[in-house]
Amino acid sequence: MLVKDVPDAAAQKRIDPQTHRLDRSGETNLNPFDTHAIEAAMQMREGGALDVDEIVAITMGPESAVRTLQKAVSLGADRSIHLTDAGLVGSDVCATGYALAQVLKQERPGLVLLGQQSDDGECYTVGAVVAEHLQMPSLTQVIKITPVDGRLHCERQAEYGYDTVEVELPAVISVGDAINEPRYPSLKAIMGAKRKQLDTRSIADAAIDPGRVGAAGSRTVVVAVKPPLAKEPGEIIEDDDSDATVARIVAWLEQRKLIP
Amino acid sequence: MSSILVYVLHHDGEFNKSSLGAVCEAGRLAAGLGGQAAAVVVGGDDLSDDLCRSLGSYGAARVYRFRGPEGLAQPAIDAIATVMARDSHRYVLFGGGLLGFEIGAGLAARVGGGVTMEVTQVLVRDDRLVAVRPILQDSAVAEIDYVGEPGVIIARLNAFAVTSGGDGAAVVEDVELELSAWSTRTRMVRRGERRGAEIKIEDADVLVAGGRGLGNAAGFDLCSQLAKALGGGVAATRAVVDAGWYPYSAQIGQTGKTVAPKLYLAAGISGAIQHKVGMQGSEHIVAINKDPNAPIFEFSDLGIVGDLNKILPKLTAAIEDGRGGREG
Amino acid sequence: MTVAPADHLPSVKPEQEFIAPPSDPDEERIEAGVAIVGGGPAGLSCAIRLSQLIAAEPRLAELLGEVPIAVLEKGPRPGAQLLSGAMMSPSALARLLPDVDPSEWPTYGPVDRDAVYLMTSRRALRLPTPPPFRNHGNHATSVARLGRWLAARAEAEGVVILSETAATKLLVADGVVRGVRTGDRGRGREGEPLANFQAGSELIARATVLAEGSQGHLTGAALRHFGIAGDDPQRWELGVKEVWRVAQPLDRVVHTIGWPLRARARYREFGGAWIYPMGEQKVSLGFVAGLDYRDARFSVHDVLQQLKTHPLVRGILAGGERLAWGAKTIPSGGYWAMPSKLWAPGLCIAGDGAGMVNVPRLKGLHYAMHAGMFAAEAIFDALKTGSADDLSSYQQRVEESLIEDELYRARNMRQPFRKGLVLGGAIAGAMQATGGRLPGGHWRSEDDAVVDVFIGKRARDYPKPDGKLTFDKLSSVFASGNVTRDDAPNHIRVRTRVPLELALLWQNMCPAQVYEVTAASTTGRDALVDVTLTPSNCIQCGAITAKGGRLTPAEGGDGPNYQET
Repeated sequence: MLVKDVPDAAAQKRIDPQTHRLDRSGETNLNPFDTHAIEAAMQMREGGALDVDEIVAITMGPESAVRTLQKAVSLGADRSIHLTDAGLVGSDVCATGYALAQVLKQERPGLVLLGQQSDDGECYTVGAVVAEHLQMPSLTQVIKITPVDGRLHCERQAEYGYDTVEVELPAVISVGDAINEPRYPSLKAIMGAKRKQLDTRSIADAAIDPGRVGAAGSRTVVVAVKPPLAKEPGEIIEDDDSDATVARIVAWLEQRKLIP
Repeated sequence: MSSILVYVLHHDGEFNKSSLGAVCEAGRLAAGLGGQAAAVVVGGDDLSDDLCRSLGSYGAARVYRFRGPEGLAQPAIDAIATVMARDSHRYVLFGGGLLGFEIGAGLAARVGGGVTMEVTQVLVRDDRLVAVRPILQDSAVAEIDYVGEPGVIIARLNAFAVTSGGDGAAVVEDVELELSAWSTRTRMVRRGERRGAEIKIEDADVLVAGGRGLGNAAGFDLCSQLAKALGGGVAATRAVVDAGWYPYSAQIGQTGKTVAPKLYLAAGISGAIQHKVGMQGSEHIVAINKDPNAPIFEFSDLGIVGDLNKILPKLTAAIEDGRGGREG
Repeated sequence: MTVAPADHLPSVKPEQEFIAPPSDPDEERIEAGVAIVGGGPAGLSCAIRLSQLIAAEPRLAELLGEVPIAVLEKGPRPGAQLLSGAMMSPSALARLLPDVDPSEWPTYGPVDRDAVYLMTSRRALRLPTPPPFRNHGNHATSVARLGRWLAARAEAEGVVILSETAATKLLVADGVVRGVRTGDRGRGREGEPLANFQAGSELIARATVLAEGSQGHLTGAALRHFGIAGDDPQRWELGVKEVWRVAQPLDRVVHTIGWPLRARARYREFGGAWIYPMGEQKVSLGFVAGLDYRDARFSVHDVLQQLKTHPLVRGILAGGERLAWGAKTIPSGGYWAMPSKLWAPGLCIAGDGAGMVNVPRLKGLHYAMHAGMFAAEAIFDALKTGSADDLSSYQQRVEESLIEDELYRARNMRQPFRKGLVLGGAIAGAMQATGGRLPGGHWRSEDDAVVDVFIGKRARDYPKPDGKLTFDKLSSVFASGNVTRDDAPNHIRVRTRVPLELALLWQNMCPAQVYEVTAASTTGRDALVDVTLTPSNCIQCGAITAKGGRLTPAEGGDGPNYQET
């Protein structure tokens, strides 16, 4: 049974003023949430309840994403796959999910783990998109995974409290940071990371339809970036008489319907 | 003909507040496009006719009701996709929250539509919708257009106000739910388990936060009493968590949690940027600090320069009295 | 009663704590051919040069094993903890990578014009540019960016760069340096191992290069252990720097002296500011001041904020926006304070850690790079003979190079300034004009920590931060990219119950607001106060080590994350 991780690379946040696209040419670091995903995979392997053949780290990104993969390997992945192609630049979340899913289809994982929230605000969504393309059950915001009879019992915090959901494999699970405390890599693991297998795949290698990815394949386009509305300067009360001050505070709160 | 679909979450016979806000917004936007808003609900017996019709008063002309598992995303994707295949709808709106994101993103993948997230505002422009959302840690705002249709809009939690007006009753239509193969492979074992009495601070509408100005750990008693009166939770700055006055789970800031409640009341907090980045998205910020030069006064909506030891208990009492008065 | 930091040192025994023989069992040992501590200009130049030499000698490459060259960098990645002015002399980069055209260098190109100003609170008097401040032919450079670029080239040559890896102990056996021990990760506030604790490892190498930068942790211990410290104690300047986007391009290299510093000898305030163009759209500006000042309320960060309110500087920054901030110490003891020997069996010391900085000219980057290359060449030659015990050819190469020559000429130029700006300036001018010959001799440096401090009124003049032109320390720490774990162990060794003068000295000195004076704990003439520390603010500038404490390496990956400094 294969377990796969899908770390996605988060970079320095900058908007290119011409294209209004996130400039991802800056330093790439492993998305902190994805370290939790790798740790979860490691714990499942070490726990023994689930038979884990291999942990594979996959990422989509420019040249600098290789460092991300090396970090993933130093944290425990057995090998990594780098999906990179000029045609992928500017992909939105749906394009990214689709592209990753195409690579994953080639790998046929038993479980796909991701960090649930990426720095650039693509919260909890890549997993859902990937799952849809892979036609697998999906859960996000998972903070505890317990294998039970070959299925996974997952706990997650939803709108009304904690849900416990049973999921059959293969599945796509996005984990939250509360799930575990990621280990630090040992020096040996860091130095050995470069020697582990790293496959590079292009759009063609992964059978990705170029029309569905990249800036051209995106189904949304940023048309303007503006500074946020300047907040009106607030009111300041110098407290001389606390009763009067408190009365003013209460009135202010009531006016805004902030008192239940 | 509906132009905007809205997913409405419910639990125990009550609709989710953020979803209701989305319904109101959908009604408004649909009118702007010359169409109507329709709601999609998925659940069991508690989705009574009356309950579903009541969505009309929030702005939905029609409600598509599906019988199926609650609280899971993929059956809802199947439901909405079914509706979209039958009748043409241009946009689908979600009121944020976990399921909103899961369903919205999966749906976008299913129907090949564009998706925007964390949306705080939607504009009608040239007979189309444009989504507006903050980016780069709230330091800028982006306007995002859709390439083609349908478009999926996932709002930030509670981004839209709930206005119940109108006596319209929605038309309820029952639709057969056809689950895709993978949607049957997730099973809800236990839903909505509340753990402990603590309110999860990221979900709280009101937070009373304490900083070093409280003086000592006992100062948090003042905060929790006020929080109780306001129906909210208690949060803390890094400095006081470091000092052991309050647990790390309530820490707000660069190395803690990020929150955006309706009301953030900061007591004895200076407002250094390491803290500010964790709460600057709050709708209303009230600050009490005895230092008139505290940076927090530069971004608070209401600032009180005074002694929190005097003000907090009086404020708590005034609010409780007011409530007692109103209820009495 | 005078109060000097040297009277209140914490108990740290560098030799016992930071030097040890290898002790890990064989199977846990990790080996590299050459271990380089520090991913800065010196370390990376050494790595690149060594890989060039090894490429031509395949048998040696084999001997060096699977990892011929390893660079240990304690920051998140190379460059993240580098900070400098800088106007870099191009000689080293040209020598290291002769096939790379200067137009492809990660610099902002040469700047033709320069200006030096003597400042008063309202005016700026243009002075004829003294020779050390002429920067014709030098390249405006961000050393953080240079570090990233050199690291990428090093990795392309097969060098293994271990980021987030601190070197906490020097492994020495039978008088020969055998490698280093890396730091633990995952300890809590009190040092207790947390759930994800990972112990450090011993990295054994045939030769080790210490290129740790200013206040090198292992360097200090090594100098003591091998008895090779310099004649004079090392001393330091503290530089606080900002990078700004500007509306109008700056067309010249600017240096200032005078205001806001006070000229009288009593205050011993020596230093000045720089403002360098970084291409058309940005400028680097900063203030450097010697850590031998006497007023406990002196704060280089606030002096920099004060400087920005001057019409000259305001004009340069008008319409702009602050992009970055950081701070670092610079060794300024010069020639006499450099180690008497730069090598020991199995060890070379290069760069700022060895004090290779020319303070009058504010230059050190190219020395660091040249020294790194010399170390690579010496190690290569030695390894070819089979042993790296004798690295004296490294010393020889440095002595025969411009490093020695230039530092010798400048050897007495910093010291006279303890006589005040005017007299000091005149003496230094004479030295400059005579190539160091007059007034000759050996002007001794003084250890910064023995300078006594008094509580003055300096803070009156510091501007209240407005968040647009001037900034407070906490928002500046934020701008340095520092996201150190809250519960990380305290990496700063310092006494926390000290006289008020010392407590205030630290509180004002530290650009990152690590030290805060709390209530007095005893009363009376010799009253002591408590100092509380917030070590997670620390940007590892090193100033505390010069003034009575000791900075040790934080956990790997902690500290600032500079992009453009």
